[in-house]
Amino acid sequence: MKYLDEYRDGDLAQKLAAEIHRVTTKPWTIMEVCGGQTHAIVKFGIDELLPKQITLIHGPGCPVCVTPLEVIDQALEIAARPEVIFTSFGDMLRVPGSTTDLLAVKAKGGDVRIVYSPLDAVKIAEENPAREVVFFGVGFETTAPATAMAVFQAAQKGLKNFSLLISHMLVPPAIEALMSSPNCRVQAFLAAGHVCAVMGYEEYFPLVEKYRVPIVVTGFEPLDILQGILMTVLQLEQGRAEVENQYVRAVTRAGNQPAQELVKKVFTVVPRKWRGIGEIPQSGLGLSEAYAVFDAARKFKLADHRVEEPAECIAGLILQGLKKPHECPAFGTRCTPEHPFGATMVSSEGACAAYYQYRRHDAAQLAEAK
Amino acid sequence: MKTPDFNAVCPIPISQYPHVLMAHGGGGKLMHRLLEDVFGKAFSNQILDTRHDSAQFTVPPGRLAMTTDSYVVRPIFFPGGDIGSMAIHGTVNDLAMSGARPLYLSCGFIIEEGLPMETLWRVVCSMSDAAKKCGVQIVTGDTKVVDKGKGDGLFINTTGIGVIEHGQKIAPQNVQPGDAVLVSGDLGRHGMAIMAVREGLQFESTIESDSAPVQEPVLALLKNEVEIHCLRDLTRGGLASALNEIAEAAGVKIAIEQNVVPVREDVHAACEMLGLDPLQVANEGRFVAFIPAKDSGRALQILRHHEVSAAAALIGKVAEKAAPLVTIRSVLGVSRILDMPSGEQLPRIC
Repeated sequence: MKYLDEYRDGDLAQKLAAEIHRVTTKPWTIMEVCGGQTHAIVKFGIDELLPKQITLIHGPGCPVCVTPLEVIDQALEIAARPEVIFTSFGDMLRVPGSTTDLLAVKAKGGDVRIVYSPLDAVKIAEENPAREVVFFGVGFETTAPATAMAVFQAAQKGLKNFSLLISHMLVPPAIEALMSSPNCRVQAFLAAGHVCAVMGYEEYFPLVEKYRVPIVVTGFEPLDILQGILMTVLQLEQGRAEVENQYVRAVTRAGNQPAQELVKKVFTVVPRKWRGIGEIPQSGLGLSEAYAVFDAARKFKLADHRVEEPAECIAGLILQGLKKPHECPAFGTRCTPEHPFGATMVSSEGACAAYYQYRRHDAAQLAEAK
Repeated sequence: MKTPDFNAVCPIPISQYPHVLMAHGGGGKLMHRLLEDVFGKAFSNQILDTRHDSAQFTVPPGRLAMTTDSYVVRPIFFPGGDIGSMAIHGTVNDLAMSGARPLYLSCGFIIEEGLPMETLWRVVCSMSDAAKKCGVQIVTGDTKVVDKGKGDGLFINTTGIGVIEHGQKIAPQNVQPGDAVLVSGDLGRHGMAIMAVREGLQFESTIESDSAPVQEPVLALLKNEVEIHCLRDLTRGGLASALNEIAEAAGVKIAIEQNVVPVREDVHAACEMLGLDPLQVANEGRFVAFIPAKDSGRALQILRHHEVSAAAALIGKVAEKAAPLVTIRSVLGVSRILDMPSGEQLPRIC
């Protein structure tokens, strides 16, 4: 397929892998931030092409995984209301809250609909003036502009029956939180290409400066990831710490400025709790005061949802790169995608789910080898 | 699906009954008329025409195969097919997976009050057409009408009987290490065709369902004395589910090569966009065959002679007796698990 197969070429991948082997002389620990990259790494087996000295740690960049339990519970409460049409991206439907999930709410009669764009939710609101239409706005900087556009359009159209349950996250504050943790093992980052397609990569220069850590903006196809790793290893081996851009076909230094302006207009930066990690200051987007009437949490006067994660779940350690999925005693036995304990088993982009889906036959051997 | 000319006009005057009413299932004159003028006319054959409570027929010598399936697909009409033709193909294909020659079908309709009569007629014509092409007769049936809101337009159940005229044992337990794994064509088209219509997704071209009968190529394999260890219809859950079920039943490891699995470019693109794996997406006219290595080349040749299986391909082999597992070697040459889809397939956020 055009623009896809070119980046999945087996021979070129082997050449890049050989080059990584050639330049690697010491052990290095690299985190890929984005869940899409984790998924591709495990699906294509990219880590198995790498030298043993290189350890990939799977970062917190899966929007489904890090959406806090409390927000899922809020979604469930809203979606169960008879006057509501609750709209969401598909993979949020299976995410368990503390008691149930959106698919179960739908089965009990809740009007829960999958949309492919937040703008579809606005259209549904226009077509159903007697119903309250709520969009579940989750994700990172990648999906934030589309959510912002939905709110902006709803405001322009004067829609009173559209609102947003928002849990948008920002990537750079999470990287900062990881780097400032005393347990941090990460020596370099592959930054998420699509986040940077929107935001550019100006934000990473201060991080590189402060923590002396290489950051390479990287795409999602196998050759992108291998090249990103090669660029990262070269920096590490040469003692450099710079921002570099592997994903030049999609990312510019300044990013998509109209998108950024819209996000700035509709949203404001807020502290945000990350499932499995905890609260990170300045790490989320909430509705700005001018658009606060579109806030579903205010509109529906929600109950105070405070819940604890299952004690047995080590998702927090996995999201920080301190443990691998198969090192969890519950992995693949009591905790599976059908019955996930926590964040990282929930979405196919979560590290545990990716390992479960593609790797569980190796898990036993890996555990023994440790 | 084209309806044959003789069926062009609905026999129940639209002006009189444009929609199915509760009375059409009520046992009185209206129901009688529906059965006679719609089902009786479209499905007419000697056995059905006796109008008895049960169909009577003699069967040729040999073992019999029997199967049943219910069809609830929405929308009723989709690119490449409709619920009617699918209800014939699906059941005929299940019989073919035993290597049986399909003979007779029963068919049960659950109709929601208010269904346009024209829609019912189109579906019935499509069924009649499909049954003729498959060489099967619909010999008995049932109709129920349910209150508006208690059904989703139209549900159809078909049960099929076929005769097994070969002496082979075709079953998952018969799968052996070394067997070649063949698929009968490109994968994932039905699921993506339905998803595209249902979710209003527009791609550059219309993806058409692969809904089709597959008994001809199967019977051709048997006629040519190809040894067949197992056959499996690839429906919901796609190739991934079928292979995992068979690996489990046979207690074997199955190894697939990603780069030889046939997937059409438009289907591949649509799956990439939605974050789905075409090997986990539904088909309605595809099967996987486990054939001993000695016969696999000949089997491929035979399959490729038939239109429905012209794109048949050898995609892997059964490795060893082991803890059940299906692996797929990626384009980068690394093996990973090919798992059953977990729950419903849901499009990814980004």
